[in-house]
Amino acid sequence: MLESLPCRRMQNRQDLITLWLMRWLAAMIVLLLILLVILLCKLALPAISKFGLGFILSDTWNPITEEFGAFPFIIGTLITSFMALLMAAPLSVSVALFICEICPKQLGRLLGTFVEMIAAVPSIVFGLWGIFSLAPWVQNVVTPFLKNTLGFLPFFQGPSYGIGVLTASLILSIMITPTICTFCREVFNTIPSQTKEAALALGATRFEMIKIAILKPSYSGMIAGIVLGLGRALGETMAVAMVIGNTSRLSLSIFAPGSTMASVIANEYAEASNAIHLASLGYIALLLLAITLIINSFARFIIWKWTPKI
Amino acid sequence: MKMILVLGLWVMSLSLGAVTKINGAGATFPYPIYSKWFSEYHKLKGDIQFNYQSIGSGGGIQQLLQQTVDFGASDAPMSDEDLKKASWPVLHIPTVIGSVAIVYNLDGVPNNLKISSKVLTDIFIGKIVKWNDEALKKLNPQINLPDKDILVVTRADGSGTTAIFTDYLSKISSEWKNKVGNGKTVSWPAGIGGKGNEGVTAVVQKTQGSIGYVELAYALTNKLNIFSLENLDKVFVTPSVEGTSLAAASLSDKEYLGDLRLSLVNASGKQAYPISAFTYILLPVKQNNAENKEVRNFLLWALTKGQQFAPELHYAALPKKLSDSLIKKIKALKD
Amino acid sequence: MIWRKTKNYFFITILTLSGIAVLIPLILIIIYVIKMGFSSLNWQFITHLPRPVGESGGGMAHAIVGTLFLVGLGGIFSIPLGIMLGTYLSEFKKDKMAKFLRHTIDLFSGIPSIVIGIFAYILVVIPFKHFSALSGGVALGIIILPIVTRTTEEILKLIPGTTREAGLALGLNRTKIIWHILIKGSRAGIFTGIILATSRAAGETAPLLFTAFGNSYFSFQLMQPMASLPAQIYTYAISPFADWQRQAWAGSFVLIIIVLGLNLSARFFMRQKS
Repeated sequence: MLESLPCRRMQNRQDLITLWLMRWLAAMIVLLLILLVILLCKLALPAISKFGLGFILSDTWNPITEEFGAFPFIIGTLITSFMALLMAAPLSVSVALFICEICPKQLGRLLGTFVEMIAAVPSIVFGLWGIFSLAPWVQNVVTPFLKNTLGFLPFFQGPSYGIGVLTASLILSIMITPTICTFCREVFNTIPSQTKEAALALGATRFEMIKIAILKPSYSGMIAGIVLGLGRALGETMAVAMVIGNTSRLSLSIFAPGSTMASVIANEYAEASNAIHLASLGYIALLLLAITLIINSFARFIIWKWTPKI
Repeated sequence: MKMILVLGLWVMSLSLGAVTKINGAGATFPYPIYSKWFSEYHKLKGDIQFNYQSIGSGGGIQQLLQQTVDFGASDAPMSDEDLKKASWPVLHIPTVIGSVAIVYNLDGVPNNLKISSKVLTDIFIGKIVKWNDEALKKLNPQINLPDKDILVVTRADGSGTTAIFTDYLSKISSEWKNKVGNGKTVSWPAGIGGKGNEGVTAVVQKTQGSIGYVELAYALTNKLNIFSLENLDKVFVTPSVEGTSLAAASLSDKEYLGDLRLSLVNASGKQAYPISAFTYILLPVKQNNAENKEVRNFLLWALTKGQQFAPELHYAALPKKLSDSLIKKIKALKD
Repeated sequence: MIWRKTKNYFFITILTLSGIAVLIPLILIIIYVIKMGFSSLNWQFITHLPRPVGESGGGMAHAIVGTLFLVGLGGIFSIPLGIMLGTYLSEFKKDKMAKFLRHTIDLFSGIPSIVIGIFAYILVVIPFKHFSALSGGVALGIIILPIVTRTTEEILKLIPGTTREAGLALGLNRTKIIWHILIKGSRAGIFTGIILATSRAAGETAPLLFTAFGNSYFSFQLMQPMASLPAQIYTYAISPFADWQRQAWAGSFVLIIIVLGLNLSARFFMRQKS
């Protein structure tokens, strides 16, 4: 059986034209990606040659003295993304299990559609909601609660503006939950019902069945979904820029304002005060690109390793 | 389907006719009056559309240098270095005078608390962190200040308002000058960043215990609490259109004729408000350019008839001497 | 046995509770946003231009039209291209170039949208010395492209090989098989992919900030700045003026209606066909 059209021994002229046209277009797209990387490198070049790799670890961001370093933004990006992941990953998996295994089929399908709808809501809308609902809630409810219970730790000290690293992480976790959940649902749905029935027939309880027949075989699939969620969180710009507070100062406290790589670009790119400032923003964009490409390739790698087993 | 067609035709009809489109970008500081001006000017001359995007003074200068806009706008004059980078000579045309108000949001405390320049610096440098700090109490003895954190709000984008404000802080405090310095974007020792005067105003409006700096018009139209600030003559002055005008009155005739990149900060005069500044339209001197010509025509209108809109929007109109000399200057430019 | 049973009940309860605990807030958020948006919406909002700062009234007619224009512009570039590339990936998957392309498309779909914005700025805005609708269209096009390519590929993969064999047996050449049998046969699926891709692009803000920029008037020129709904919502959302904040909610409502409307119709379309 042919999965696709055979491309060896093609003689028909029209076919050859089609094939070469497609090859040419494909080459153009590959070139476009290369061009993107080259242009970004060219933009960042003054900063790369001036600061070198030390840029990554330097924590000054001072347009007046023209000293720039990406450390606060890299840390901001990693902290918000991982905090979001910490909250979203277990919940998304349990929601996916709930939808697939526990609630009635009809309701499950409805809820599944709903979750996918939420994944399609534009980030600017989440940002708007974040400013007007989430931030006051964080300031008036979450912060006092955390301060009273965990206030002895340095992470939960200092004043809260409502907007800050914690709020940004919360909004990111809300945004990536549908992404991870949808992916996990797809993974769980690929498990044949015979496997589940076999587990039940052997006397497993519902919970044991979920553990043995569903979670174990979809382990790497779930990881891939989580990593894809991470990829989305790392690159998210608008919702974060609206609620993170935009400062390049580092702070231990999660109530403090911060900045992510994407948000600093969104805030400063159109108005960089001098050439080296602009180049430094280009450098950050390049680093952001590198990080997301690595994370996404990692996810694809897991998916690719996992696919043939089914 | 018919609806869409009708709507489409209606939309098309709006776009027809030879409309000259002029793009400008920059300062958020004068945005309230600029948007009023552009809207009024469009009513006068229907075939001219000014599209002004308030992205911040830093953006205005940057985009002018990149030549992506027909004119820029900034409250901070361009540096000599930037002027050298421009492809054309750039004229600084002051349009109105504005003031930077120090605003706060604190429940149970009356408007117009007093603040000295020293305390102001200490708050923004992060030394004073509580509202009931001794220094603040001393200035406002009758008022019961709460034991709350002071939340500092600054600008996140390249901003002329920041340039004016930090220029002021650098002039009154050597510590600020050495530690932070002045410019459109500085490395703030404390606080969170909002985007534009709009953003800072919004954050202060929403956040209990916050303090920020915004253009007077934003503070008044949004009914924020404003500090009375100690000026050079040790008088506490609440920012107002009159106080702003007085700051400009301190300039000499000779200064009016120079290149006008002047600082009005910390001006002398008993009732002068210390943080006032010109806001400029940055006009590239281009020849044979239709858009550029329209910008000049607009400026002539803004410097004459347009000035009357200034007070109601809480800006001070330019002194007559200055606007007359500017008009002469603009008219002298040839096509 | 009792221990296992208790464990079972315990974990099932936890799963159920956490499922409900997550789903309910998510649903409430959406309902809240829609409610806020709907109550802020009025006729003026969809038919008028913005007023000067601080004056109430006015609307975002230009931004709604602008968003449709920009998405259309992005689509013109990238939809046909995406379909062709998807076909190439599915039908000539053994071809060497196809392997490169598959990775490239994967990488493209993972690029943060803000980086795409910078790319479009360097590529289009700087050479033409103008913020322009064109640059915004290019940015959105780059976002649409990988989605259309991937969905087209997935849809064509679903067609059984026997269909292709039947075409070959009829003596058709490959081009004709691709065009007349494969693409025309899976129109519905490809169309769904297009709708999903455009709905995603319609909600993007970050790549438009320094490409399409913004405009306070209607504009239909490629080389002029153009307003877009998400960018306008952003400006209004961070402003202090109550009426602008109201309009930001109204704008969000319109945006959600556009995006979810497209999404639901794609789903409906898909279900009808399958």
